[in-house]
Amino acid sequence: MSVDNYTQLGAAAIASSVRAGDMSPTETIRASFKRANEIGAGPDQLNIFLHANEKASVSEAEEIQKRVENAADVGVLAGVPIAIKDNIASLGLPTTCGSRILTGYVSPFEATAITRLRANGAMIVAKTNMDEFAMGSSTENSAFGPTRNPLDVRCVPGGSSGGSAAAVAAGITPIALGSETGGSVRQPAAFCGVVGVKPTYGRVSRYGLVAFASSLDQIGVIGRTVDDAALGLECIAGFDKMDSTSSDADVPIYRLAVLGKPARDARDARDPDTEAMRIGRIPVPPPPPPGETTLRGVVIGKPKEYFPDSLDTTMKDVCERALDRLRSMGATIRDISLPQSSLAIPVYYILAPAEASSNLARFDGVRYGLRVESGKGLKGMYEATRSEGFGREVTRRILLGTYVLSAGYYDAYYKKAQAVRTLIADDFRAVFSSGVHAIFTPTTPTPAFPIGAISDPYEMYLNDIFTVTANLAGVPAISVPIGRVRRLPVGGQIITAHFDEYGMFRVAYALEAALGKEAHQ
Amino acid sequence: MSHERYEMVVGLEVHVQLKTRTKAFCGCSADFGAPPNVNTCPVCLALPGALPVLNEHAVELAVRAALGLGCKIDPVSVFARKNYFYPDLPKGYQISQFDQPLATGGSVVIGKTEKGSDIRIGVTRLHMEEDAGKSIHDRYPGATAIDLNRAGVPLIEVVSEPDIRSAAGAGAYLRTVKQILQYLDVSDVSMEEGSLRVDANISVRPPGQAKLGTKTEVKNMNSFSAVEKALESEFVRQCALIDAGGRVEQQTLLWDGAREAVRPSRTKEGSHDYRYFPEPDLRPLMLDEKWIDDARKKLPELPDARKKRLAAEFPISPAEIEQLTVSPALAEYFEAVARASSDGKAAYNWVMGEVQATIRASGEDISRFRVRPADLAQLLSLVRDGTISHTAAKRVFAQMVETGKPAAQVAADEGLLQVGDEDAIAGWVDEVLKEHPEEANRYLSGEKKLQGVLVGFVMKKSKGRADPKRVNQLLSVRGG
Repeated sequence: MSVDNYTQLGAAAIASSVRAGDMSPTETIRASFKRANEIGAGPDQLNIFLHANEKASVSEAEEIQKRVENAADVGVLAGVPIAIKDNIASLGLPTTCGSRILTGYVSPFEATAITRLRANGAMIVAKTNMDEFAMGSSTENSAFGPTRNPLDVRCVPGGSSGGSAAAVAAGITPIALGSETGGSVRQPAAFCGVVGVKPTYGRVSRYGLVAFASSLDQIGVIGRTVDDAALGLECIAGFDKMDSTSSDADVPIYRLAVLGKPARDARDARDPDTEAMRIGRIPVPPPPPPGETTLRGVVIGKPKEYFPDSLDTTMKDVCERALDRLRSMGATIRDISLPQSSLAIPVYYILAPAEASSNLARFDGVRYGLRVESGKGLKGMYEATRSEGFGREVTRRILLGTYVLSAGYYDAYYKKAQAVRTLIADDFRAVFSSGVHAIFTPTTPTPAFPIGAISDPYEMYLNDIFTVTANLAGVPAISVPIGRVRRLPVGGQIITAHFDEYGMFRVAYALEAALGKEAHQ
Repeated sequence: MSHERYEMVVGLEVHVQLKTRTKAFCGCSADFGAPPNVNTCPVCLALPGALPVLNEHAVELAVRAALGLGCKIDPVSVFARKNYFYPDLPKGYQISQFDQPLATGGSVVIGKTEKGSDIRIGVTRLHMEEDAGKSIHDRYPGATAIDLNRAGVPLIEVVSEPDIRSAAGAGAYLRTVKQILQYLDVSDVSMEEGSLRVDANISVRPPGQAKLGTKTEVKNMNSFSAVEKALESEFVRQCALIDAGGRVEQQTLLWDGAREAVRPSRTKEGSHDYRYFPEPDLRPLMLDEKWIDDARKKLPELPDARKKRLAAEFPISPAEIEQLTVSPALAEYFEAVARASSDGKAAYNWVMGEVQATIRASGEDISRFRVRPADLAQLLSLVRDGTISHTAAKRVFAQMVETGKPAAQVAADEGLLQVGDEDAIAGWVDEVLKEHPEEANRYLSGEKKLQGVLVGFVMKKSKGRADPKRVNQLLSVRGG
């Protein structure tokens, strides 16, 4: 295995070559930066990177190299270059969330997810572009300009984790971290033809993830393949005492290589007191024999609400092909219904802005970030700082959120939205307790759209229509490339019950294998 | 006087800092008095990406306080965000509890009515919250300095029912609550250090009217007596306003201690909409019944119980018991002395006399007072068995405070052991009679009231060592 075909290598392959001494971390990090230069990851071109420091990354690589030479335990990501969405706190590189208000801000502490990646031998290449404070579906809302889709530079990469998806699609890194609140990992993954996973709420620590809507936010992983995503998630998942909402449920091994012999299968070892148990036992088919990728005995639900008559026919065809391939792997496809799905977008656009209006109050010009003095006292400073610091979409959502939490409106909006959110979660519970193991849907209604094509905010919000339910319900979901529509990639989404990432990856691996080259045709 | 035509209706909100080592949601020290912004971290500075983690000890102390105030603990309570902008509030919201507080439905007894029944003040609720930082406006010209050491320190807010009917009642309520919290050891309850703060809600109405009048909120009182003064002043202001045909306006007032008057606060109340909603970064606080029961069983003895027990155990009056039980440390000290010396009365006299005078002069804390209860009990025993005189005992005590030596040793070293020996005393008596012939003659010829003077001379001559009882006996014999 050679570093010459770096862009084709999976994370697991890179790490094993590095551990075996066939490849050095310095070589892989240089290959990553070489690819970034070739493809034009900089601000005037694809605008994928917001902050990169090749020198620092190389010295990080040298550290890993020493650990390899000393035969220390360098971890499953030894020498793997990784890109990080710019709303995840990192040491050394700035953390700006794509916002003017945090221009130049460098965090004095590191997100737990990054610490865990680095503990496993990963190296941080760059912080990637994003919609400001993760509010958007196209990465056009970045204060630092839009990111372009590497597969078609006229198009958006999706968002808000557009930079991370683009970095993986462009072959700069096999794995990138993104974050989700309503589909911000899965949607750009689908638009860029890569894999994006949003774990169960609580599966990954949010410590260091700059909050947008705390009850929905979750760090997710973008990978070139299902295996890359599985490996990345395995490294960052698990309880963290710094995040009270992180779950102490055991983390099973997600990768295919060890599937079928799960040494730490969470479904049996789960602590009876954890969230997982309270939501009821997850129906799980018997594990397949080691290495087996068929889906015999697996029931996959096809919710009618996600295949409306209005859905693009080519999109429908691509989905049907994917369902056929799942059938050919032995799965049973069952028509199901998630009746409250149509309420998901309205509910989301009440709850997420409500939490955001509070979470973004800390950007007040007092302690860090931008401060604009207006000469009109404290209130004037607040107004000037926040007016200049926040972009239009962020301002819109803060206003919306402030409104729905106001006295006299709270019950009509926030409280009612919470009640509907429960109903949406109940939909999933009902399906998963009726013998359905996984749900298949398109990830998005359409493939990537041209930059500047959508100017109506509500039309933009509809991009999340198939992804946002998983955030509201807290269940895990993954987007896997399933083909092309008008030569642009589209994704298929697999959703499973709370903490059943194991089952989700099993279906994803099988689908990826069954589609083969079709996934990108 | 307006006082007869109106009744004062008061409810108090008491904010109490819990005695934890660290802050409510991070590991920073909660100590008072560190240099500005030293006790801070990403969490209490509200840096992007930081998250709160609840301090378990703070929950224990809050639950203890709630149980001590007779509240019912809710097995599920919910933290909520109280949103407002202020430079010393780093997150732009305070983590508090709103519609699902930790505890509700308590009460405290603050005294007795003329007919002897309890005056009971209801405790509406007790909830947990974090403190804000401190804005310092007068340090730098044209600028405000922010100290965030206090930001995130755990507090409880104890909200009373509007059951209080007088300024004195408010004082009694505050002293009772403070005493209970002291006994529970959940807080330093010091208004000077800001670990206890009081806001008062006050309205007036004609006696017998059920409907409450419009209330004002009075803040910025720095002592219990300031609370009483502020209430009295605001009561008079409201009564006068109504008498003049005006209406009380709902507003926040600040007590100006120097002027002894209230003034309107600069921030307009009512324009505040705190936009409370459940704090998504913290799960609901769930306490199981067994844990709450254990906490209840582990509650220390409360002031009322202690008073009853002391009354049953020692021959001291209710008024004396009140004095002794003001603080748990004082009561414990007394009890230890009384028990070790088997003399409750003497223990009371000494603890409230010499001991209190000494620590008041030195500003010492009784729990760290050099003369331990066992040492004082020994001194009392020496007095009772006649080994030293009462006069000498005071000198011995002073030496004990000075040197830390035990009573017996001090008495021996100083030659203060009382002399009961008949011959020695007879010798001193003879000398005194000789040295004071005039008094001696008058006494011996029947002027009995001079006996005290002569005893004094003998005690002086003996340097306090003579047993005064024996001296009296001898003089009586001589005087026929």
